[in-house]
Amino acid sequence: MMNWVSIGSISDIPRRGARCVATPQGKIAVFRTADDQVFAIDDHCPHKGGPLSQGIVHGAAVTCPLHNWVISLETGKALGADEGAVRTIPVRIEGERLFIALEALASRAA
Amino acid sequence: MTEKLVIIGNGMAPGRMLEHLFEQAPGRYQVTIFNAEPRVNYDRIMLSPVLSGEKAFEEIIIHGDGWYIANGITLYKGHKIVAIDRTAKTVTSDHGVTEPYDKLVIATGSVPFIIPVPGHDLPGVLTYRDLDDVQAMLLAAQSRAKAVVIGGGLLGLEAAAGLNSQGMDVTVLHVMPTLMERQLDPAAGYLLQRAVEQRGIKVITKANTQAITGKGKVEQVELADGTVIPATLVVMAVGIRPNAALAKEAGIAVNRGIVVDAGMRSNDPDIYALGECAEVNGQVYGLVAPLYEMARVAASQLAGNEAAAFVHMDTPTKLKVTGIELFSLGDFAEGEDRQEIVLRDAAAGVYKRLVLKDDRIIGTVLYGETADGAWFNDLKKKQTDISQMRDTLIFGQSYQGGASLDPMAAVAALPDDAEICGCNGVCKGKITGAITAKGLTSLDDVRAHTKASASCGSCTGLVEKLMVLTIGDKYNPAAVQPMCGCTTLGHDEVRRLIKAKGLKTIPAVMQELEWTTSCGCAKCRPALNYYLVCDWPDEYADDYQSRFINERVHANIQKDGTYSVVPRMWGGVTNAAELRAIADVVDKFEIPMVKVTGGQRIDMLGIRKEDLPAVWADLGQAGFVSGHAYAKGLRTVKTCVGSDWCRFGTQDSTGFGVRIEKFMWGSWTPAKVKMAVSGCPRNCAEATCKDVGVICVDSGYEIHFAGAAGLDIKGTEVLGLVKTEDEALEHIVALTQMYREQGRYLERIYKWAKRIGIAEIKRQIMDDGEKRKAYFDRFVFSQKFAQVDPWSERVSGKDKHEFRPMASVGFAQAAE
Repeated sequence: MMNWVSIGSISDIPRRGARCVATPQGKIAVFRTADDQVFAIDDHCPHKGGPLSQGIVHGAAVTCPLHNWVISLETGKALGADEGAVRTIPVRIEGERLFIALEALASRAA
Repeated sequence: MTEKLVIIGNGMAPGRMLEHLFEQAPGRYQVTIFNAEPRVNYDRIMLSPVLSGEKAFEEIIIHGDGWYIANGITLYKGHKIVAIDRTAKTVTSDHGVTEPYDKLVIATGSVPFIIPVPGHDLPGVLTYRDLDDVQAMLLAAQSRAKAVVIGGGLLGLEAAAGLNSQGMDVTVLHVMPTLMERQLDPAAGYLLQRAVEQRGIKVITKANTQAITGKGKVEQVELADGTVIPATLVVMAVGIRPNAALAKEAGIAVNRGIVVDAGMRSNDPDIYALGECAEVNGQVYGLVAPLYEMARVAASQLAGNEAAAFVHMDTPTKLKVTGIELFSLGDFAEGEDRQEIVLRDAAAGVYKRLVLKDDRIIGTVLYGETADGAWFNDLKKKQTDISQMRDTLIFGQSYQGGASLDPMAAVAALPDDAEICGCNGVCKGKITGAITAKGLTSLDDVRAHTKASASCGSCTGLVEKLMVLTIGDKYNPAAVQPMCGCTTLGHDEVRRLIKAKGLKTIPAVMQELEWTTSCGCAKCRPALNYYLVCDWPDEYADDYQSRFINERVHANIQKDGTYSVVPRMWGGVTNAAELRAIADVVDKFEIPMVKVTGGQRIDMLGIRKEDLPAVWADLGQAGFVSGHAYAKGLRTVKTCVGSDWCRFGTQDSTGFGVRIEKFMWGSWTPAKVKMAVSGCPRNCAEATCKDVGVICVDSGYEIHFAGAAGLDIKGTEVLGLVKTEDEALEHIVALTQMYREQGRYLERIYKWAKRIGIAEIKRQIMDDGEKRKAYFDRFVFSQKFAQVDPWSERVSGKDKHEFRPMASVGFAQAAE
């Protein structure tokens, strides 16, 4: 089950920045790139769990603030020599509004 | 029997539709047009040349009165339709004319968006939409006075250029950081801004218009940041929206525009819509190519071909300002599965970027040289596989077809009299001649002997290729470590060029210094941000997104994602009230760990990010400000109790430490700076392993620097002895400023000093009084902009978004 949930407007997120969305399963980091693409991934670096939402955003990637792993926002995979991946969450932009897809959220949380 | 076709609107789209229709179904319809404008169909796109004086209105007419007569069209000029009666199938104009229809076409175009700021309705505020607007602007321009254009998109810039060539003093206000951000990436937006400014048009980006004021007419525009711009004319060009009100009143389905199917038919089968007022597949259009495509489809449908369908297409954007070459097409966002090819030629003012996916072009931005736009557009449209010509693709069509272009071969093929260094007029023969005759093996040698690449440095790549061609392996280019993977330039080169070329924004640096990525990386962005903050303290707007998280939220991130907070305790001195306030904060926010730091202050660890502003608010109540314990900047000034208490103390080391800290706090530096003042040579404040330290002695103050007690352990070097506290402060500040101006990002003072040489630093700070004074003055100037407590700023609401989740989802639903 795909559950599209409204999380706010694209202008809530600074360009080359990120905001968090709190969910019962943990935080989701929602990124906005310099060219207004929006991505959502788990706010949890595959290396040591660093909050990726706090990293520097460059191109379609973010550098984790704890140990400088670079994570692709598109695939959730670590770039370069590092290996690991975080979950990516589908995002839809409807005009200014942003939606993320949470799978079977209710049943998992219940 | 002829059917009655009524068209509301007489713009370019219905005009083109009628041309097609008369060709495909001559005589089928008797046509009536209602035009709210009192004139015939003209080329709206060419209004900008009319405004600039390059064309007359007569030259941009598409259909003259004769065309309407020849085709038997009844044209009601200056008639605005006020009602559509779908049951009776009639339309009625504001002059009372009612006309029946069999088929109705709505082509009401768009209306300019007006920002609803106070004063938007004052006389002198115009939009830029039709000939009436242009004529009003031309009239206003006769005064040769000041104009403000709100909106730095296509229309706004064209309006600004037109008013400028009519002799007005024009300022463009744009709410986004770069011009035309919908069509251009930041690099091209920067180049455009520079070109616009070179024409004498002022550009203010991130400009948030708050009000237009004046007595009875426009006199000035006020921005949210307090800036006031005098103006007698204000042109709003912030965008358009489909003009669908009439259709909506008539009960036709309207979303953003009038909803039509691919055949341009609305939910009423006898009513069509086309042009800017129409919405097809959720999209509305404003550029002429898709509108003409709509016209073709609508004409075919009206002629009876029900298969005709509109298909979405990307349309290139071009700016119609003489002398500015700009082309943008398709999707130029970055992505994992996309590659980009970037060509920057700073000297020629050229920027080109191709975005590729699966070996096919999906987006193009061209600035300065757009001749290949049509070719790239063609490759994109045809989805041509470009893998065979990938290496030379960006150089354009003329490079294709021949032998593949090896850049080295291209340099080798240059004639001896080809100019390599434009700044110093050095040709290829002179450079290769000097290399051979004098046995030069390094770039610096070539610069010294020929001056090539010694000024702006943009020909450095060419000179290096010439060295390789001339002496082969003997040339060792590895002398400079590049800043990061985005550039071949080292830190020093970048810092020098920022000053030499007057580069004042990160996109400016990346463009002028030919960065190979479009927005840098986590290594270069914080470095560039520091260099710009340091070099242009009054002009540069700090780019928070280029700062490491600690400097963005003014606290230290910990391994579990919580933060630690260290308030300033000047010189390590505190009192009962401060300690009580800290204790209260610790209790209130259940802070799990409190620790005394090595810098003589108190660290509170484990604070949730969301709590930071509240923690600071409470600390601020007690008089605390940020300790910058997270900053590449001045951290602490450690002191001992000195002559006030200690039986050995020679000077007031505590007081001096507090004075230094109060003078220097808030300054950004290449890496952290820790200081200490000890009251006697017993050195209880451990000043001799600090970045800068002072040992007080009977005869004055001994200034130390370049110590380290971290990754490396190193005792300080002695800068010199001065007699008074004032002198000591001036020397310390000057030394710090010299380091700020010359240090590489993340390079501590001891490493910088080793690179520059202790003797050179002593010469500039101790021996050269003028230089010292100049360094001191520059530091003081920069402090005017730096000494703002970041905590109180954030308590008052700055960067609110940093501290709050954007949304909470799933909780309430889960409970149900």
